[in-house]
Amino acid sequence: MIVELGHYALVLALFMALLQASLPLVGAARGHPAWMALADSTALVQFGLVALAFAALIHAYVTSDFSVLNVVQNSHSTKPLLYKVTGVWGNHEGSMVLWVFILTLYGAAVALFGGALPPPLRARVLAVQGMIGAGFLLFILATSNPFIRVVPPPPDGDGLNPLLQDPGLAFHPPFLYLGYVGFSMAFSFAVAALIEGRVDAAWARWVRPWTLAAWCALTIGIAMGSWWSYYVLGWGGWWAWDPVENASFMPWLAGTALLHSAIVVEKRGALKSWTILLAILAFSLSLIGTFLVRSGVLTSVHAFAVDPARGAFILLLLAVAIGGSLTLYAIRAPALKLGGLFAPISREGALVLNNLILATGAATVFLGTLYPLFLEKMTGAAVSVGPPFFKATFVPLMVPMLVLLVFGPLLAWKRGDLLGALGRLKLAFAVSAAAALAAWHFTTGGPIGAVLGIALAAWLAVGTAVEWAERVKLFRAPLGESWRRLRHLPRAAWGMSIAHFGLAVLVAGIAASAWQTERIETVRPGDTVDVAGYAFRFEGTEPVQGPNYSAQRATFTVTREGRTVAVMHPSRRFYPVQRMPITDAAIRTNGFADLYAVITDPGEGGAWVARLYYNPLVPWIWFGAVIMAAGGLVSLSDRRLRVGAPARRGAAVKAPGAAPA
Amino acid sequence: MRAAPFPSPRPSPASGRGRILALLCLILALLPLPALAVLPSERLADPALEARARALSRELRCLVCRNESIDDSSADLAHDLRVLVRERLKAGDSDAQVLAYLTSRYGDFVLLRPPVQPDTWLLWFGPPALLCLGGVGLAFALRRRRGAAAEPAPLSAEERQRLERLMREEEA
Repeated sequence: MIVELGHYALVLALFMALLQASLPLVGAARGHPAWMALADSTALVQFGLVALAFAALIHAYVTSDFSVLNVVQNSHSTKPLLYKVTGVWGNHEGSMVLWVFILTLYGAAVALFGGALPPPLRARVLAVQGMIGAGFLLFILATSNPFIRVVPPPPDGDGLNPLLQDPGLAFHPPFLYLGYVGFSMAFSFAVAALIEGRVDAAWARWVRPWTLAAWCALTIGIAMGSWWSYYVLGWGGWWAWDPVENASFMPWLAGTALLHSAIVVEKRGALKSWTILLAILAFSLSLIGTFLVRSGVLTSVHAFAVDPARGAFILLLLAVAIGGSLTLYAIRAPALKLGGLFAPISREGALVLNNLILATGAATVFLGTLYPLFLEKMTGAAVSVGPPFFKATFVPLMVPMLVLLVFGPLLAWKRGDLLGALGRLKLAFAVSAAAALAAWHFTTGGPIGAVLGIALAAWLAVGTAVEWAERVKLFRAPLGESWRRLRHLPRAAWGMSIAHFGLAVLVAGIAASAWQTERIETVRPGDTVDVAGYAFRFEGTEPVQGPNYSAQRATFTVTREGRTVAVMHPSRRFYPVQRMPITDAAIRTNGFADLYAVITDPGEGGAWVARLYYNPLVPWIWFGAVIMAAGGLVSLSDRRLRVGAPARRGAAVKAPGAAPA
Repeated sequence: MRAAPFPSPRPSPASGRGRILALLCLILALLPLPALAVLPSERLADPALEARARALSRELRCLVCRNESIDDSSADLAHDLRVLVRERLKAGDSDAQVLAYLTSRYGDFVLLRPPVQPDTWLLWFGPPALLCLGGVGLAFALRRRRGAAAEPAPLSAEERQRLERLMREEEA
């Protein structure tokens, strides 16, 4: 009964979305306030209905209702409760419902907090959201319905892939989708602006919070996925340039570019049409990312044909959303007025360069990810595009951008002083050179790129600190004056400094991962393996029983210069339902380096193959990502975003305290 | 040498009852399996040769896996290829000869870094071309706009008043 209620709620939500997509648009064109106001109520009702459907699906999973096909295929009665819930989005149908749930959540947020937006813009934004919602709801109901029953119900389910039974992966998809779907807001604002034919500073200020929120969530989501692959897959890798990873990385690159170009629109009124294009591209890449992962087309072109209806629907949806918005762009963008002028060497110029490189980066990842598919479809030739390709193309693109990043905030708007900026970066240059020398001195072997990477990280960190110190006139004005400036520094400026500093931390982590020490040995109880000065003594294994698995748990006593630093328990689990073995890594971190142990294959007489690692600075990769997201959140709390955007010139809109965030 | 099983590149079309099974296989194939790669027994005694073997392994695709190098993969085929690479190295092949040998057996598909040839020109040169075109386009656009709007007209008295008012507000 609850399942049917959920199913019905989804059908009603589709009609609500169709209503939301049509009437407010007509209302905005003809100036009917009541029709425009319909956007708010339909958005809220649609959210309520999708939430109801989502809750019904979760209920079916929690109560192990095996009369529902989706539950049978992805759950099992012995699964821990957490994974019964997170298993809802561990499969195609359920994850699509999560996607629409988050979409309607954003729509409801506009309806509730969008009081400062002029009614026609709000109506149009919500109408575009309604169109997206209608497309996805139709897709779910027509080809990916999670509420289909099976008769007779089997006694138990097939269970969830053990690799997915992990807290890291449990919350990875919701964050990723918060990011993907968050870009739908930027998209809707862009399409609404194209319909209105007006893009101005106020528009940029309204779009900013949504883009920031989406960017933060996507940053965290990608970092979570990377962390998961680090500790679950068992060889200490944190990024494999896998198509699924690339699918989330492309919208991140486009979104980062959008975040930066929207600043130029807001402050200087330039780059309007480019910013609109980026907003469309960021969401288009999110859509493509969702579908690349969900359709299975990446595994093989032929997997796409497993379900032709689904594949055709996906292509149609992509064509309508991307093709439609780009066509609208082509028609309306030329009419947008050009903004303020600027010299090549200026803050604007730096941000344009940032955008050019990030966009090329996104294009590189896009080409690399889809080229094998494209080539096979065109000529039948099979090629592989893997990590060596991306290391050869993407990294050389990003390094100059990171070097130049430091200059941007030091340059003035309109016309900057490059020599002046260079002079102010003397300290950063000195520290960076010292860091390179220190890295060279204290490490043995390893690629020269790692040393340069450490220098780059120091350059970024000190360059960012220099810019911050200049803003507060540290040591140049009395301390009291600096303190006053510090307190009045806008949150957006703080956010930028924090996020750029996080990037420096991330770069250091990536660079230092090249100095990983690896030992792969067959060990017997009592054996000791030396890894970068740490002695791992294998004490043996013991059987352990988990809730839905049995395991062999090993014990390693790790000593350094005779002192015990850690006792680690990597294990090898066996999940009887899926008949699948899983390695469970043991990681001990001190914030600066990880000790990492895995046992893989058992041998004779209590022997095991052990993979032992010393990973210097690798935890900084995730610290850096978290700091970057924190910077985004601080920027999101900026006063000018909270206190509502200024009224548009001419349009008599008085913000009643409500803000679009 | 054991014959390496070559995967059938085209799975037979799923039909009717097999569809669910095919979907399940697909889902399983989509998930990376835990790596149990590079066993101690495979390792070469000579550390320099072993280091070359590891570097080569990272350039080679495990043909039956989803986008994994043979260095990372636990599949039997990856094991066979790792052993094969080491045998070629022991026989005195250069790195290029090992890659050429594997390409002659398995095609370009085995290389994770696609060769630069006419059908991959777009892949290799597309992004740099985009960067250059974007840069040139930007330079032109900037120059044209600067030329078009040479000197802005001076502020009128009313505008100047308004500017002063705004500046005062900003200060306060």
